[in-house]
Amino acid sequence: MIYKTALLIGALITAPFLGGLLMGLDRILTARLQSRIGPPLLQPFYDLIKLLRKEKMVVNVWQAFCVNCYVAAASISVGLFILGSDLLLILFIQAVGAIFLVVGALTSTSPYSQVGAHRELLQILSYEPLLILAIIGIYLETGSFKIEAVLDWEQPLLMRLPFLFLVTGYALLVKLRKSPVDLSTSHHAHQELVKGLTTDYSGPYLALIELGHWYEVVLFLGFCSLFWATSWIGMLIVALGLFLAEILVDNTTARLTWRWMLGSTWGLGLTLSLINLIWLFLRR
Amino acid sequence: MGIFKNITEISRMKSPWLLHFDCGSCNGCDIEVLACLTPVYDVERFGIIHVGNPKHADLLLVTGTVNHRNKKVLVNLHQQMPEPKIVVAIGACGLSGGIFREAYNVVGGVDQVIPVHVYVPGCPPKPEAIIDGVVLALKEFEAKNEKYGQGARGKRREANKEQEKS
Ligand code: SF4
Repeated sequence: MIYKTALLIGALITAPFLGGLLMGLDRILTARLQSRIGPPLLQPFYDLIKLLRKEKMVVNVWQAFCVNCYVAAASISVGLFILGSDLLLILFIQAVGAIFLVVGALTSTSPYSQVGAHRELLQILSYEPLLILAIIGIYLETGSFKIEAVLDWEQPLLMRLPFLFLVTGYALLVKLRKSPVDLSTSHHAHQELVKGLTTDYSGPYLALIELGHWYEVVLFLGFCSLFWATSWIGMLIVALGLFLAEILVDNTTARLTWRWMLGSTWGLGLTLSLINLIWLFLRR
Repeated sequence: MGIFKNITEISRMKSPWLLHFDCGSCNGCDIEVLACLTPVYDVERFGIIHVGNPKHADLLLVTGTVNHRNKKVLVNLHQQMPEPKIVVAIGACGLSGGIFREAYNVVGGVDQVIPVHVYVPGCPPKPEAIIDGVVLALKEFEAKNEKYGQGARGKRREANKEQEKS
């Protein structure tokens, strides 16, 4: 019991640090890919602290409420993940948080945040089914939805779920809001519409959104690392490799329309997942 | 408390997000501001991000003269920025109205409408000068930090009242 509590608290504290460092790495690599030097590694932390200490300004109280719910859901799902809980439960809690973010943006009347909210809904609609299918694939292979069971499985899941891994990587791209699917909001924003979802958030609330995003980054990379759960090194390599690939894709593609996003995630993603699932089912 | 204040101060200095408002400039100054973002100058090294949203911004860069039509927009943008905020006026036009000073619709420099902390002269100023101005503005944060560290909202109300009076 004590061990689990310590694990939980440790995870809740280290996850944002890890997430922040990953974002810093992302910004440096992005800059290097654009032949710039880029900000220091700790830049995301500077941004976060600065935003936290800025004046509080809200458009309405619901914004603040929704942001807090979003961060709570994101951190709870990270906590459940580290405790080896049920994958479906984690996914649903995370989805509730994501919906709260959308509701928060919808409460403001600004057209930019409205458009951003609608686009974020489409993004959730794109990646959520893919992740559920990936979890079903894991269930078909290991016979359990529990992370503990995945960790105990003696063969890397990647061997049996190659297509599902690809699809999960694509879902991660949508979740991290990387180009070409950075529709709802983007870290590389130079215009109003690009900031979408976060347009009406400022100061500490913007910081909280960022914090929630860090939790989610860690959660999703953790989920991806389950595909090589036989060794710690394998998990690390899979997660980091995927993250680097996402940065590369982010920098080599242009943002596309939401129709393309829905078409590609549902068309390609669902087809690949189904092929993999049917294959798993036949081999049982 | 001291250490928290220090961390805040460092973070503020290291992460100035800027909003650029073209207040009727001839576009010369705007191009120079945007040039700072290119790989040659790469202001992201200093954590500077060019945001298009007053609610996210710490620094307001204003280029061009203020006229009777856009002064309301300028005041609006300035009020939407959360404290602490700094205003940098860029170019001869932003400082005093420049060559448009005599025009019938021109109010004059940016400081006629909102408080300006740093002036960057030139027509247009070089990107180096603009970066210099921004760095100077960051020092201003230190002074402002004292004022706006606590009770930012009260200070804001006072500032708004003053603005209404004038
Ligand atoms: S200062 Fe010169 S370059 Fe800048 S807006 Fe005025 S006329 Fe144009």
